[in-house]
Amino acid sequence: MSVYDSLDSINEELHKCMKCGNCQAVCPIYKETRQEVGVARGKISLAEFILSGEAEMTEGMAERFSLCTTCMACNQNCPCGVRFDKIILAARAEAVRKKGLHPVKKIAFTALKMQRLFDFGMKTGSVFQGVALKHLPHKSDRLARMRFDIGIGTEKVFPMLAKRPLRSELPEVVKVKNPKMRVAFFTGCMINYFYTDIGKAVVEVLTENDIEVVIPRGQGCCGIPASVNGDTVSARALARRNLRAFERLGADALVVACSSGGTAWKHVFMELLENDPEFSTLAKKWSEKSYDISEFLIHKVPFKKEGLGRVDRKVTYHDPCHLNRGQGINKEPREILKSIPGVELIEMKEPGRCCGMAGSFSLVHPDLSVKISDRKIADISQTQTNTVATGCPACRLQLQSGVENAGIQEQVMHTVQILAESYRAGKKGSK
Amino acid sequence: MLAREVVEELIQVLGRENVLTEQEDLLTYAYDATAALKHQKPDVVVSPISTEQVAEVVKIAQRHQVPIYPRGSGTNLSGGTVPIQGGIVLSMLNLNKILEFDQDNLTATVQPGVIIQTLNDEAAKHGLIYPPDPGTVTTATMGGSVSECSGGLRGLKYGVTKHYIMGLTIVLANGKVIRWGGKTVKNVTGYDLVALFTGAEGTLGIITEMIVKLIPAPETRKSVLGVFDNLDKAGNAIAAIIRNKIIPATLEIMDNVTIQTVEHFVHAGLPLNAEAVLLCEVDGYKEVVERESVLVERILQEEGAVEVKVAKNDQERDLLWLARRSALPALAQKRPTTVLEDATVPRSKIPDMLKIVRKIADKYNLQIATFGHAGDGNLHPTILTDVRDEDEMKRVHLAVDEIFHGAIALGGTLSGEHGIGVAKMDFLSLEFGEAGVEALKAIKEALDPNYMLNPGKIVRRD
Repeated sequence: MSVYDSLDSINEELHKCMKCGNCQAVCPIYKETRQEVGVARGKISLAEFILSGEAEMTEGMAERFSLCTTCMACNQNCPCGVRFDKIILAARAEAVRKKGLHPVKKIAFTALKMQRLFDFGMKTGSVFQGVALKHLPHKSDRLARMRFDIGIGTEKVFPMLAKRPLRSELPEVVKVKNPKMRVAFFTGCMINYFYTDIGKAVVEVLTENDIEVVIPRGQGCCGIPASVNGDTVSARALARRNLRAFERLGADALVVACSSGGTAWKHVFMELLENDPEFSTLAKKWSEKSYDISEFLIHKVPFKKEGLGRVDRKVTYHDPCHLNRGQGINKEPREILKSIPGVELIEMKEPGRCCGMAGSFSLVHPDLSVKISDRKIADISQTQTNTVATGCPACRLQLQSGVENAGIQEQVMHTVQILAESYRAGKKGSK
Repeated sequence: MLAREVVEELIQVLGRENVLTEQEDLLTYAYDATAALKHQKPDVVVSPISTEQVAEVVKIAQRHQVPIYPRGSGTNLSGGTVPIQGGIVLSMLNLNKILEFDQDNLTATVQPGVIIQTLNDEAAKHGLIYPPDPGTVTTATMGGSVSECSGGLRGLKYGVTKHYIMGLTIVLANGKVIRWGGKTVKNVTGYDLVALFTGAEGTLGIITEMIVKLIPAPETRKSVLGVFDNLDKAGNAIAAIIRNKIIPATLEIMDNVTIQTVEHFVHAGLPLNAEAVLLCEVDGYKEVVERESVLVERILQEEGAVEVKVAKNDQERDLLWLARRSALPALAQKRPTTVLEDATVPRSKIPDMLKIVRKIADKYNLQIATFGHAGDGNLHPTILTDVRDEDEMKRVHLAVDEIFHGAIALGGTLSGEHGIGVAKMDFLSLEFGEAGVEALKAIKEALDPNYMLNPGKIVRRD
């Protein structure tokens, strides 16, 4: 029984918790609120009280269960090996079953599910975004702030929607001369609509390494925003859509440049569809050949070092929670960065600490999200670097907003962008 | 249920955002880290930010006769923070400032919500340490730690919390504030209330500020591990190290059940058939550490260790400590419920105590692993069980009873570092008789006649 279907599925997981409170030492939310309900132990107790019948799943409970960035730091620090990430998913799914989905989230996830409508909306949005967003002068990125407050404040800095989404801009198959492999690229929404520069860098780096890239047009949202908020129905529909789209075009491997997308393909699709006779095998098959881009370039097809040009950057690397603790990938991006001539990697204090973005968490709890981000930005500013590299577009958004508001001169980029930059510099130099 | 006006008065003093009244929040203050204990939710949780606010809360509580349960991180193991009669939980976590570092007097002045590790990190910047280091050092608060008088791994050489508390600011049950002790090494003015309130588990007054003693950080350290195939030999080795005038910073022991569990968990290279492992660390000036570690190595060999390992560098040291550090996690993952006791005996009685625990485990057919601070006689018999198994839990309670009896019969004590709370209250007369219990009660009633502060802990009201 999966965590998405019943609260009972986490019974054993709950019993493992001995209430020692070690999660307090690492929980980014608890560090800010210092209230027991913020930390894993508090929410584990609430789930236990619900299961024992001592408390009911109320709207207030659902609200408390929203207090988690799913950063998984508590998992790592737990002496009993409690998988709190599973507990929080099960609790949120139960909340949706009992109390329904928050109306705003309902609209949002329905939109994500209706891919064509969503796509139309985003494209139209790129034309009309100026109505709501005020463009900010910035040397390298297209950033903006909300002109008016829609409940999330006007402090947050957003990237502007790209003029054309990545998947409209690039062909469905990007061919190379002597392909040594055919790789499918799952872009994810943020890279498709906002950070097309990351997507282009992925394609650039792969083709540079003689790899044919397939970008199935039929792909959509990974469904993580829905599944982490308990909307299992929408998440399942999205998982099926994506599996169909990739199966139709076929590939030797699948790469993502986004930690949610990686988690989805590697783990979540399988969990969501474990009882689906048609899709469970498909989910497993694609899970086995899914790679984060940095993982792919280190372990699957080691990227070529000849042709790397000089990139003068002082870089600090932020570990995205779902890449680092979720997929165990933290050495690979650093290895890539260190192999680029001219790049100096300077570690920040606690690079694995959550940035506070956590998808819709930052929309539901904007103040808390900013407080968590402020600690991260303070650590970044101490490194005296000029570039923050990371492996996740959502973290990039949060960090970009943070450095912009703090007035620090840091460019926030995906690791693969710096690698693409190096290949480009190499070509320029050899001409 | 609490009268509406109590909540209104609390809000007036503390502000609405510092007063929690919703069921969903209250439920998360119904427990602490103590296993197999009945939970009870409070009626309200308040978070003051000053001594004055604490005093106001106490006055409100007195006026309405509502119990107050002070709480830090809720990591204690004796039910010390469970609000068993409902009422007010007083969360001290927002009083979390280090107020002063005094390098000339080697003191720090801190508020009770400061996490011990935060103080350690600050002290390290000045080349100083605050020696008490309970297992919960990264989560527990100074207020909780002082109220429980926690110990830890370095007790043998450096003592425990009470040896580092020089002064306290206390809100009394009548709402008055007193300051006792200070930065002077010597102080015999009046009764030693600092000593009395340290380890009082919040039953006599509420600590809102403390002056703690810091000491220079040792220059270096070295670890030695000895493996024994016989408990008595391990016991003799402990005695021999001390007899040779070596006082290690830590001297830890793990029994066979612990070794087996830990080895399967982390593969640290411990022999599965070993009866006991001793882990010893000496610290201080380089020259002294060099001399003492060689001596410890020789003593362990002379006392019949089948294997002795000396860590040559930090990596090897970490490997030796991996096994000890993993003891609790490894045991905790074996069964859902972990009952961690802290019966303590004179260190010469360690082998006897280990044998008693083993007999009890056999008698009640329970899994009990024992590890702990051999150097100071503080053992942690750890019962691995499952609260859902009623029959087994009955046997667990009987076993715990016998462990207490065993420790006291050997001239030991009920609790070395976890405190009495609700968990061990019924056993007090075993240790110091009815007259002793009466003396405790007299002190409690002199300072808190209405049983307002953490009622139901240590002393029972007739």
